[in-house]
This record gives sequence, C-alpha cells and structure tokens, in this order.
Amino acid sequence: MNIIVCAKQVPNTQEVKLDQTTGRLMREGVPSIMNPDDKAGLEAALQLKDKCGAKVTLLTMGPPQAVEILREGLAMGADEVLLLSDKAFGGSDTLATSSIIAAAIRKMDYDLIITGRQAIDGDTAQVGPQIAEHLGLVNISYAEELEIADDHIIVKRQYEDRYHKIKAKLPVVITALAELATPRYMTPGGIFDAYRTGQVTTWGRADIEVDDAKIGLTGSPTRVFRSFTKDLKGKGQIVNVDTNESVEFLLEKFHEKFII
Amino acid sequence: MNTADYKGLFVFIQQVDKKISSVSYELVSEGRLLADELGYQVTAVLLGHGVTELSSRLAKYGADRVIVVDDPALETYQTEPYTRALTEVVLAKKPDIVLFGATAIGRDLAPRVSGRVETGLTADCTKLRIDYADPKDTSSDRILHMTRPAFGGNIMATILCPNHRPQMATVRPGVMQRTAVDNPKEAEIEAFPVAGLDESINIDILEIVKKTSAKMDIQDAKILVSGGRGIGAPENFKVLEELANALGGTISSSRANVDAGWIEKDRQVGQTGKTVRPDMYIACGISGAIQHLAGMEESEIIVAINKDPSAPIFEVADYGVVGDCMKVVPRLTEELKKLAAEKVN
Repeated sequence: MNIIVCAKQVPNTQEVKLDQTTGRLMREGVPSIMNPDDKAGLEAALQLKDKCGAKVTLLTMGPPQAVEILREGLAMGADEVLLLSDKAFGGSDTLATSSIIAAAIRKMDYDLIITGRQAIDGDTAQVGPQIAEHLGLVNISYAEELEIADDHIIVKRQYEDRYHKIKAKLPVVITALAELATPRYMTPGGIFDAYRTGQVTTWGRADIEVDDAKIGLTGSPTRVFRSFTKDLKGKGQIVNVDTNESVEFLLEKFHEKFII
Repeated sequence: MNTADYKGLFVFIQQVDKKISSVSYELVSEGRLLADELGYQVTAVLLGHGVTELSSRLAKYGADRVIVVDDPALETYQTEPYTRALTEVVLAKKPDIVLFGATAIGRDLAPRVSGRVETGLTADCTKLRIDYADPKDTSSDRILHMTRPAFGGNIMATILCPNHRPQMATVRPGVMQRTAVDNPKEAEIEAFPVAGLDESINIDILEIVKKTSAKMDIQDAKILVSGGRGIGAPENFKVLEELANALGGTISSSRANVDAGWIEKDRQVGQTGKTVRPDMYIACGISGAIQHLAGMEESEIIVAINKDPSAPIFEVADYGVVGDCMKVVPRLTEELKKLAAEKVN
C-alpha cells in the first residue's frame, strides 16, 4: 500500500507574542515546526506501515528550508520525502496550492492520501478537500480513527455533536485531527540517517504538469487585501485586594450591570 | 468571466436531523445586511430530505427566497451528493456571494464546491463588509471584504476575491448576530430537483453516534464561568459550576484543560474551540493567550480572576481581580446564594 502524507512547515503560533506597546507581531525567534495535525497524519500512516506494511511518502510544498520537516519525517520513519519548491508556486492561495500538490500526486502511486485537518498559521482546513476535488477522489474530513480492511478504509469522522463511522473504497483523501494519533519521537539513529543518508527529492515547476493559470499568484482567486493586528479593548478596572474585598468588588459590579 | 453576470447573495442552510443549525440563521441575518448594500435578494439554499417545511423559518431573518433541493440522497450529510447538489444550484443561478457556516459540514462542503466551480474561498471569517475592490476608486466593483483571524489569531487579514465568482466564505458560528427582521415577508420557495443524486453516493455511513451532553451549549449561555490552568485541578470545575449555577450560566474552558483531559472538547473557547459572546464571561485562572481571546473578546462584560497581575487576560477585562480564583469563586458563590435566599424570604 502506498500512503502519501501532505504536511506544512508552520511557525509555532503558540509562541508568537505581540509587542504590547506597538501591537506588532514579534516574529523573531519563533520556531518553525511540522504542523501538528499533519504530524498526527504522518503518525497514523506510520502506524499503518508498522501494522500491515506500507510505503509512506511525506511531501511538503514550501521554501527550501521546509526540508527540515521532511528530515524530521524521515527520522520518524517515512520511506521517501518530496519537496515541492519553486518561485512559481509562491503566493498560492488554498486553491492554487491544492492544484500544485494534486499535480504532484498524479505522478505518484497512491492508495491513501493523508493531510492534516488544518494548519495552525492559516487555519483554513481547505487544502485537503481541494486536493481530493482536483484528483476526483472521495475525501473524509476530521478523521479521529481509521482502519484499513482489504481495499476499504473505515474512518471515524467527527462532527460537533456526533461522529459518523464511514466506509469508503480506496483510494481516498483523509484529513487528520490531532486526536488521530500521537506522533512518535524521532529515534537517534533515525535522526542520524535522515541527515546523513536521507534522500530528499525536490520537484519544481518543470517537474509537474499543471496549467500556469492555476498556480502561484495568478492562479489564486483570493488576495490578501490587508492584514492588521487587532485593537485590544481598553483596560478596565483591576483590583488587587484580599478575597473578601475582591468578592465585594465583583458583587457591586454585578449589581451595576444588572447581572444580579 | 464577466463578474457582472453574477447577482444575489446565497446562504447555505445547514440542517442536521431536520433542525436548522443556528449559524445558518446568523448568516441569513448577516446576509440581509450585506444584500441591502448591493440591492440584492437573500436566497437560502436548503439541502436535505423532507425538509421543505423548514423554509418558512428563514423569512423571519430576512430570506427573500428559499431554494430547496429535496432528495433522499441528501438525508444525512455526505460530501459528494451535497457538493454536487450545491454546485448545480450555483452554476444555474450564478450568485455573486455564497456564505457557509464554518462548521464540520461547511468546512468540508465549501472547499469542494469552490474547487469544482473554481473560485476563491475564505475560511473562518469573523467580519464581512461590502466595499469597493479598490477603496480609493469609487468606479471599482463593490465586493465582499472578508476579514478573518490568521496566524493563530495573532493577526487579522482582510481577503478579497476580485475576479472570480461567486465570492465564497465560511463564517465562524456565534460571531454574527441573529436578528429577526421588522415586518418579514413570506419567502418564495423554489424546488430545485437535481437528477441522479443517488449515483453520487460514494461512501457507506456504517454508524452515527450522537454525543449527549446534559450541559447547556456554551454558545447559548448568557453567563459563562470559564476555567484555565490556574484552577489547579480537574475537580475544581465543580467549584466553577456552582458559581455558574448561581448565575444561571454554564462552564467553559481554555484549551489547556481540554488538552489535559480535564473537561470535554465541546466546552473549549478559542481559536480552535468555539467563539462565544455571552452577557458575561468570567475567566478564572486563564492567562489569556491570544488564541483564547479570539474566542471570547466580544463578550458583553469580561471578568478576569488571576493570580498573575501581568496576565494578558487583564488587557481585555472590564473587571479584574488579582487573586486566587479558587479562593474568590467559592466566596462569591456563597454570597450570591445568600442574596438569592434573602430575595426568597
């Protein structure tokens, strides 16, 4: 079985801080990581490999430094890694990104494609379903559990107030929730091999067949018009007193605001 | 593509078990405001089986027309039949704008429809506005300005879809105001059959398991007492619950406590949880990471109780108490109970 896992290198948004006086985003020194949902997807693929044998290919699209997450993937146990990187891919929105990734996947063998549900920098959750759309495949989003039974997959698909247990014939595209699998650690030997002998394949514009009108800035229907930091609402009344006085203060405010 | 050929504002109406999701009403209300700016009709698109009678509820919030695709293949949400049905409606009717709730259904359906009709889609919007494509040029088209949190809620981005139609967006539940219109008219109902939808079924749903929660949905609560890591232990949610009960509200949580398994995921407020705007939000032992603030800063009144005077939650709080929430909350509950008892007597 051939499994393709799509991952994105993202800034660790949990570690981003705002400059309280200027309201600017402090990007300096924010570490880059493999997007958590994608990493859960990779782990799920590796577990299938451990259980029933599979070739796991990890791919990412991004600038050359995105190779870091591919090395991490190799050290976790991925068999092959592929970097999609080209200036022509820059500025792609979700639709253009999914066109590029789908074009790359078309050249590969696959039975199962796993993406994370969403990336922590963009939070769109769109690229997975859009890859499936371009490839004409079934997609099952928000996967919390999965199992393979012959040529079928059975997925526990989460909704807000329920789950559906869904059976579909392979090949399919799954978007993974972080709950799907807890990523393993890289092994010291794996890290050593990933950096010493690990092969990273890089494909650019010339290596895939896709219409120029569908990629990059030109191929992106959406544009970022502007971005800005939110105005924090004005600071209210803060007290630093003992418990009894604190409670009195709150009761008084509840009265003023007709809460009680 | 001639963008001028596309007119009207459509809202995808999400129904589950023949019950319209509240985000769909919110979007009809919001859609009404946007459509009035452009002189458009608001069309609700309702997909399901045996759902036509739900149409009448949508006029109250400002729908002029309801297009219904009623088909057995649409009984339960499945990606492909829903994508096909909605795509057919979009291709036939050419709306300028299509809105979806950013739910587990909307965030699955909208990307597939956008891929099929090859247009742009903006995810998880928290603000929609009509303005010129180039605000300095009043001869430019008036289009949808879609604003959404990005970078984990650290920044906001306004996205446009200038040259493709329809302009599509998913919108976070709980953000837009659901408001009944004055003097609602009856909505025109249009049945829109799509042939061969059953052939689009490409999965088997083996089982549907509903989660039952005895507690009030946090998006419906008027008062939320919310716990962060500062409450110290999972059992301390009981202490918060007593305060919530005394105030007629319910409890919610920061992400940390959900990740730690202290409380169910459906209680989570924030960027990766739910957006809430209660009358009062009481943050107990919550430091106020930007991802958390993104989910609650629109609350009417924000109260913060935290030991750390430099916690960012105080930046958004109307009333802040520097102190141990596990000491303040029980005392507050006790006083509220006393007051309630006095009222009865």
